[in-house]
Formats: sequence, C-alpha cells, structure tokens
Amino acid sequence: MSAANKTVPRTLATLAAGVLFGFGLSYSSMIRPEVVLSFLRFEDFGLMLVMGGAVMVALLAYKLAPRLLGRPLLDDHFHKHPSVWNRDTAVGAALFGVGWGLSGVCPGPAIAGLGAGNWDLLWALAGIALGALVQGLRAK
Amino acid sequence: MNLSLSLFPLGWQHYLLGGVIIGTGVALLFVLTGRIGGMSTVFSSTWSFAVRRPFFQQARFVDSRGWRLVYALGLILGALVWWLGFAGGAPEATAVPAWQLLVGGFLVGYGARLGNGCTSGHGICGLGSMQLPSLMAVLTFMATAFLTANLAARWLA
Repeated sequence: MSAANKTVPRTLATLAAGVLFGFGLSYSSMIRPEVVLSFLRFEDFGLMLVMGGAVMVALLAYKLAPRLLGRPLLDDHFHKHPSVWNRDTAVGAALFGVGWGLSGVCPGPAIAGLGAGNWDLLWALAGIALGALVQGLRAK
Repeated sequence: MNLSLSLFPLGWQHYLLGGVIIGTGVALLFVLTGRIGGMSTVFSSTWSFAVRRPFFQQARFVDSRGWRLVYALGLILGALVWWLGFAGGAPEATAVPAWQLLVGGFLVGYGARLGNGCTSGHGICGLGSMQLPSLMAVLTFMATAFLTANLAARWLA
C-alpha cells in the first residue's frame, strides 16, 4: 500500500494521538486554570512533572523513530519543525506568557476543556482564536 | 511536612502519568504519520478556511488544516473519555473571571502564533527535539507568566 491510499489510517492515527493528548491533559488537571495558576504562583510544581514526562516520551520518539524506522509507518517522511530565535519569537513568547499568566489557559487545554464540559473556557478559546486572527492580519 | 507534600500538595502521580500520556500522543503522531503535534497552529490554519489573505493561504496552513482539526477533535474526545469515565461527569468550571480568560486568551493566541509555538509546540515538541530556540522561548514565556500570575494575584484578587 502506497502512502497516498493510507489517508484513512492516517486520519485515525491523528485522532487517536489527539485522544491521548486530551486525556493526558485532563487526567493531569491541566484543563483547570486554577492548577496552572497555582504552578505559576509557586504553590504546586505539578506542571513541571507534566511537561517533564511529556518531553521525555517525545524526546525518545523524535530521536529513535527516524533511526529505527527510516520513515513513519503511515507516510513517506518525518516532518521537521525547526524553531528560530528572532524578534518575533521573543516578543511572541513574552506576550504568550503574559496571557498564560493572566488566564491560566494555553491552546491545548482551551480545546480539551470543552470535552470536560468546562464552558467557561469558551471565553479563552474565543480569545485565542481572535488573537491568532489578528496576528495573521497584521503579518506581512 | 515532607518535601513531596510541600512541592505537590495535591499529589504528584497524576501529573507525571498525565504528562507521559500526553507525550505518548505526540510520539504516536510522529511514529505513525511523521507529524509534529504542537497545538497552537490549528488556530491559524483553521482561519485559512475563511480568510483569503495570503498569510492564511500559506501552504503550511492550508496543507495541514485538515489533520490539525482532526487532532483538535481528538483532544476534545480524550477529555470527554476522562470526564465521563474517570471524573463522574460533574461539570468542570473555573473561578477565573471571564474577562481574564478572554484578554489572556487573546494574548495567548497572538503571542503563540507570532512566536511560532506554545506550551506544546515549543515546550513539548521543541524541547523534545532539543531545539535551543524553543528552550529560549519556554524560558521567556515562563518568566513573563510567573511575573503576570503573581502580580495578578496581588492586584486583581
């Protein structure tokens, strides 16, 4: 089977990956802004464990999969997403942090929170969508 | 009070296990499809359905907008499984005021897209692929988030 007719398995794989991501975010209580804010106020360091645990597993996959497999199981190449350090990255990250510290919400939990019936997070979701729109409209 | 209790008053196991599950999702996406699973791009790529401007019509958004929406749908389903299967289905809510969610959200969306990544993009995927610019982005947003959250607790509470 060539990569082209693996569209359905690829879609299911993407959905399954999202399910794990959303379950993990909820199970670790990251969909509760109060828990994120308690980390940012140095009252509960749990977020370090969430991030550390996630980075460790991602690191293993990113390091080992290209070496062991050569190409992903359902497609023909591994994507790369090189990050760059420039003025936009610095200003963007700084603004992102201000918003995160004000709301206790970041993009993943804003989406996942809907599955746990946290309708308050619709405010954050709307804010994020608007912010992304304005960023794109201002960009050259 | 022992150290574990003072650092993690609500316990630590669910944090570590939840993080490992998140990482497993990101790893599965990469091993099966080769895709890098940061979350904030979906907020730009989805606008490409509605906004004709060249910025939103870039290939990196148009080509990925389908799978990114599927990935986001998975996020909602995964949270639903947790909610109904593990949390008894009691509605989640937050005491953070709506204006803070909206204004904070706006800055999160604007900043993540300007800086090309959020807590999952720079944090999990960027650190997971050992990229120095992502580490610097993480240190930057952690610093401004610490500052903002502590000032907000003092002035807005």
